[in-house]
Amino acid sequence: MTRKQRRLVLIGGGVGVLAVAVALMLNALRDSIVFFNSPSDVMEKHVRPGTRIRLGGLVQNGSVVRGNNLFVRFEVTDGKNEIPVSYQGVLPDLFREGQGVVAEGALDAAGTFNADSILAKHDETYLPKEVADALKRSGHWKDDYGRRAATPVGEATK
Amino acid sequence: MIPELGHYALMLALGLALIQGTMPIVGTKTNDTVLMSIAAPVAVAHFAFVAMAFAALAICYVISDFSVLNVFENSNSQMPFIYRLTSIWGNHEGSMMLWVSILSFFGALVAVFGGNLPVVLKANALAVQAWIAAAFHLFILTTSNPFVRIPQAPFEGRDLNPILQDPGLAFHPPMLYLGYVGFSITFSFAIAALLEGRIDAAWARWVRPWVLGAWMCLTVGIAGGSYWAYYTLGWGGFWFWDPVENASLMPWLAGTALLHSAVVMEKRGALKIWTILLAILTFSLSLIGTFLVRSGVLTSVHAFATDPMRGVFILAILVVFIGGALALYGWRAPLLKQGGIFAPISREGALVFNNLFLTTACATVFVGTLYPLALEALTGEKISVGPPFFNATFGPLFIPLMVVMPFGPLMGWKRGDLIGAAQRLLAAAILAGLAMAATFALEQGGPVLAPFGAGVAVFVMAGAVTDIAERTLFMRVPFRAALRRAIGLPRSAWGTAFAHFGLGVTLLGIVAATAWGSERIAEMKIGDNLEIARYRLTFTGLFSRQGPNYHDMVGRFLVHRKNGDLIGVMEPSRRSFPSRNMTTTEAALMTRGVSQLYLSLGDPMPNGDLAVRVYFKPRVLLIWLGAAIMFAGGALSLSDRRLRVGAPQPAKARTALRAAE
Repeated sequence: MTRKQRRLVLIGGGVGVLAVAVALMLNALRDSIVFFNSPSDVMEKHVRPGTRIRLGGLVQNGSVVRGNNLFVRFEVTDGKNEIPVSYQGVLPDLFREGQGVVAEGALDAAGTFNADSILAKHDETYLPKEVADALKRSGHWKDDYGRRAATPVGEATK
Repeated sequence: MIPELGHYALMLALGLALIQGTMPIVGTKTNDTVLMSIAAPVAVAHFAFVAMAFAALAICYVISDFSVLNVFENSNSQMPFIYRLTSIWGNHEGSMMLWVSILSFFGALVAVFGGNLPVVLKANALAVQAWIAAAFHLFILTTSNPFVRIPQAPFEGRDLNPILQDPGLAFHPPMLYLGYVGFSITFSFAIAALLEGRIDAAWARWVRPWVLGAWMCLTVGIAGGSYWAYYTLGWGGFWFWDPVENASLMPWLAGTALLHSAVVMEKRGALKIWTILLAILTFSLSLIGTFLVRSGVLTSVHAFATDPMRGVFILAILVVFIGGALALYGWRAPLLKQGGIFAPISREGALVFNNLFLTTACATVFVGTLYPLALEALTGEKISVGPPFFNATFGPLFIPLMVVMPFGPLMGWKRGDLIGAAQRLLAAAILAGLAMAATFALEQGGPVLAPFGAGVAVFVMAGAVTDIAERTLFMRVPFRAALRRAIGLPRSAWGTAFAHFGLGVTLLGIVAATAWGSERIAEMKIGDNLEIARYRLTFTGLFSRQGPNYHDMVGRFLVHRKNGDLIGVMEPSRRSFPSRNMTTTEAALMTRGVSQLYLSLGDPMPNGDLAVRVYFKPRVLLIWLGAAIMFAGGALSLSDRRLRVGAPQPAKARTALRAAE
């Protein structure tokens, strides 16, 4: 092989691998990304039952009901709308009423959000970034939420 | 007084960095050897002042001087000594101080041990190193000053974030930074070569120990962080594809590619321009990692900063250094001479394959990490890109790499014999096939691809053993002769085999722990039993325990084999920290061989029951054991006589050595 041919083989191989990688990424981006929604987004955008989303907001005060076998129901609110959430499993250390929460899962036909993982990334006053933005949009942002620095992370998965 | 001294020392360090960054360059342009030769002593002095500043901060932490805001916010006099020390870098300002300390330390090392580097290269490299240092000193002094005082000193500090009160903090960030910042040396050398417009195989020989060292530190830094997350977050995951983790994985992937392309350049004089580009990209990814973690664009446990000014400043550093380096590369790289030709099927070809797949895999991680940020900035839409994305992109690119890996070391330089290599790998392939069949038959459940993954892992391990067996003519010459040959092998050959073997071990651990692990979540009363894998756990009681600055609620569990033998006690706890009003989960781990039982407690239920999570993680320890083996491989390679002799020898001796190879 001449020098030129060798170089062509190299470049051809490189372009081939890149093309495969781009195809893989486009495919994965279509299938496996999850959109973040506040309860109001869910109402406005009419998110279809069965679509995987992340639902974020505050845990409605007084809404947490624990059942048997680690079953728990609560409501997520952004001050304007509420969505009932059901989850079975161990809640993260930082899960509390009145605090920010992000749940990942899908709505069922009855409008209940079945979460398969619950994230609570905050301390007493800090909120997850997405939740803070959502609250700001719905006009329920209180300034002192963001004062203290961000820190802990807690996460629960079924 | 001490914080002011530290602050002042840092300002002086900035001044020295500016001198170190300009004078030697002027020297190289005007051919003034005096100006060029001041680079080394200034670099040492620069390090001395940065070290002084870091020591000042350390003293403030050790004596719990709460008049310093940074100490007040992140420390507490009740904390054990070791955590008071590690909390220096358990926050934004302090970790940036650690960053510049390591940076200037490495600069000083080049100055002291680079006695035989060509004068121009050394002057340029130290100057580039000083620009980076100056940028970060300025960043610290203007936006993240750790020496700010509080007018009225409080009596007690706010305490370190409880999640960070762990021995992991002593190990993980420093190792990671040693890796990140170690690549700044290769970056500086690459820019210096571009400035000079000249590069040769000797350049690769000087740079390779730095690449190796940085790569080793990054490897164990990432592995350490992964083990820390595994035992501390309470749900048994070891890798989350979290942006912060990806930020450290990207430089590792690019650095691994650089490590391999530098070999080609050193031995064969080929791939020069590509190696320079990789050196620039690897450190750029380290900078991007720093940006992602430090600017607060991500919200996670690592994002201490919420000050937008910092983000903009780091972004500016990023743009100037990456943009500048790439522009210089585009302008000057054509000046560098290409060398060494080779057939596609050859050792070089295999290493090019390695580079191609590693950089492409790195690119997929890059896209997955930054796409959500870009999308949010452009459209306001918030998305999360999680494990499914990376499994669907990174996996398919990494597996072929692993399959081809054992072939590389068995190929000759210039022109390799693919069929010969395949024949020599026959035993390894048979072993892999057996492993695949055995796992398929013995393990229940798990994805269909899992036995295939286990087979690939075994192939990689057996391939590394084959490599050594081939080199020592094991089984073909008498055992003693083979042993003599083994001792006589260059250490870098052993290093390669170790590192490759280690990667196979890690892959096997990942496959086994994710595919065949089991998990139980239950509510338990005292006296309840829970069965998992081959074990039975009995909840025997709850008690409380007082720590230095926390309070533990401990659950006590007896662990029996299914046949009834008692094998131990596990005591997971929920730990509450009154100073921050926070609770953390302290999981209990029981090691059985290289597998682990993992037990963590959830919230107590209103009826007094306890929520528990139990995992059985088969062969999970292999993941980190593999990383340790990779580190050992790097260390062996680093101790290779040729590397050590290569750098400090004068030019003549070097050519003689190279001819002898």
